[in-house]
Amino acid sequence: MALLKLSDLKTFFHTRAGVVRAVNGVSFSIEKGETLGIVGESGSGKSVACYSLMGLIPKPPGKIESGQALFDGEDLLQMSEAQLNRIRGRRIAMIFQDPMTSLNPYLRIEDQLIEPLLLHGLADKHGARKKALEMLEKVGIPGAARRIRMYPHEFSGGMRQRVMIAMALITEPDLLIADEPTTALDVTVQAQILELIKSMQQQLNMAVIFISHDLGVVAGFCDRVNVMYSGQIVESGHTDAIFTHPSHPYNQALQRSIPALQAKGQELFTIEGQPPDLTRPVSGCAFAARCVHASHACSQTSPHLECVDEGHWSACLRVQQHEITLAP
Amino acid sequence: MSMPTPPFLKIRGLKTHFPVEKGLLVRKTVATVKAVDGIDLDLNQGEILGLVGESGCGKSTLGRTILQLIEPTQGSVHLNGRCLTELKGKALRESRKDFQMIFQDPYASLNPRMTVYDTLAEALLSHQSIPKSELSQRVGQWMNRVGLSPRFIKKYPHEFSGGQRQRIAIARALVVEPKLLIADEAVSALDVSIQAQIINLLARLSKEMNLTMIFISHDLSVVKHIADRIAVMYLGKMVELGSAESLFDHPRHPYTQALVSAVPIPDPSRERTRRRMLLPGDPPSPMHPPSGCSFHPRCPHAADACQVAFPEWVQEGDRSIACSRLEVVP
Repeated sequence: MALLKLSDLKTFFHTRAGVVRAVNGVSFSIEKGETLGIVGESGSGKSVACYSLMGLIPKPPGKIESGQALFDGEDLLQMSEAQLNRIRGRRIAMIFQDPMTSLNPYLRIEDQLIEPLLLHGLADKHGARKKALEMLEKVGIPGAARRIRMYPHEFSGGMRQRVMIAMALITEPDLLIADEPTTALDVTVQAQILELIKSMQQQLNMAVIFISHDLGVVAGFCDRVNVMYSGQIVESGHTDAIFTHPSHPYNQALQRSIPALQAKGQELFTIEGQPPDLTRPVSGCAFAARCVHASHACSQTSPHLECVDEGHWSACLRVQQHEITLAP
Repeated sequence: MSMPTPPFLKIRGLKTHFPVEKGLLVRKTVATVKAVDGIDLDLNQGEILGLVGESGCGKSTLGRTILQLIEPTQGSVHLNGRCLTELKGKALRESRKDFQMIFQDPYASLNPRMTVYDTLAEALLSHQSIPKSELSQRVGQWMNRVGLSPRFIKKYPHEFSGGQRQRIAIARALVVEPKLLIADEAVSALDVSIQAQIINLLARLSKEMNLTMIFISHDLSVVKHIADRIAVMYLGKMVELGSAESLFDHPRHPYTQALVSAVPIPDPSRERTRRRMLLPGDPPSPMHPPSGCSFHPRCPHAADACQVAFPEWVQEGDRSIACSRLEVVP
């Protein structure tokens, strides 16, 4: 059984400007110990999908319109706040782009690290302190015994990220949701943090949902990848297949726009136009207006994810009907 | 006998130091942050130089110091034979049309209460006189040139997306037809597909206008694509300079090697097999930079001599490297 199975999640925001269909029918599952990447550009719904799982969507204006999220057989979306509190921070943990969203500037690192253990009754104060120190050493903070008495502002960006990871993992969760955890960091520090998450994942046999806009990071880090566009998953498959056999024109175009993969001096490949306005319902495929392969049918029929190869799913009508094949 | 043509942009011994002050009533300088600490650089007309380095290495401060937005502590900047560091007051204001800047966040650099027309017309009028009847036509031409439809001429910045706002910021910087453009993380906040559009736009316009450009970014793959040469900075000093492609493919300075090896490649099979050079620790504080070569505490090849003095520059073809241990660096 999958650790987490999400089906047909719809999260809409009812704003004065209209209904924003931020997540519009997303389904995926993740196994124990697996790393699942979710990539997409800003506004594609990748973060909102994960916040919905954790019950972190502000309501109103947000509303979960439909869906089911079975975590170990229990539906997260139907749980009361009290039931969620027993799972959040203990069995499912989350880390963010900006560590200061998780760290309290007024509290010493130690007090913040032991809080999840005390809150969930996993240790007494003495045991929790010992565990906190161990954890801080594990995430590679030099002089942990001294630094555990410090405040967040006394740490550098990369060090804060390490502290946040220590705090998230101190309860040894089954699932870690990482929302752009390295986006604000320099490349050399990013490499350190990715290495750290990877080694902690192996030690704890933990599943990781890795949200990122950076295809480069995802390529090296994830087992499987979901590509999101306009609130929907448009392609899903093993990381290798996503890169070597792109099966949705958006995924292909996204990869072609990365400067690293293109010959120097040539004009960069670009996707024409802008992402669609999420307040307007789209008939047919949301990408059709920007897609070079779009046919008349694409703007008429709403596509759904279908299996196009073993373990590889695409929501492109033309790929599904073998009308086009896409090169990487 | 013909004289060799002097470089279009000539930077010599440029230093920008910021005092760190303490004390409530009596302010005392307790330390200095050497944000830019002795930069020499020559650029030819029409050349694009990429400036890379981690946060806090002084690359933005260098950009701002060149444009006289920050007064340098020492050193000189010559643009087209004219010394910018000596300009003051009115003379400086008038010469500003020759050197312009675009920033990371166009929303912060555009006035939210001004329409595209107001913004661009103000820039146009500040450096030349144009009859009012022609003004909206000129603004429209520039909007076309940066890929914005002139029918948006009466719109405000908040009505545009991030990429479109950056186009407005680019138009505003270029309407005065500058000779030098400094782009400070101009595409860093944009999504990949939009980023590619803006890079193409900058590359095309710089060619059309024969612009000399300094492109500051922490993203090496973006810089490699747009720049002719790349300069790598670490803690206020330049450590390596060379042509974009060769520097990226065969970095020589140990810091550049670490930087290049840390850049994620969007190719799973290559990403899995490549050797990554993980640097220990964080970049040190620019307030207390290590002695000698400031990279030595994190450098896998450092020797005792590296702690004593900043290394001499070594020439290898068109590459300059500030490292004294090159014979042991792979």
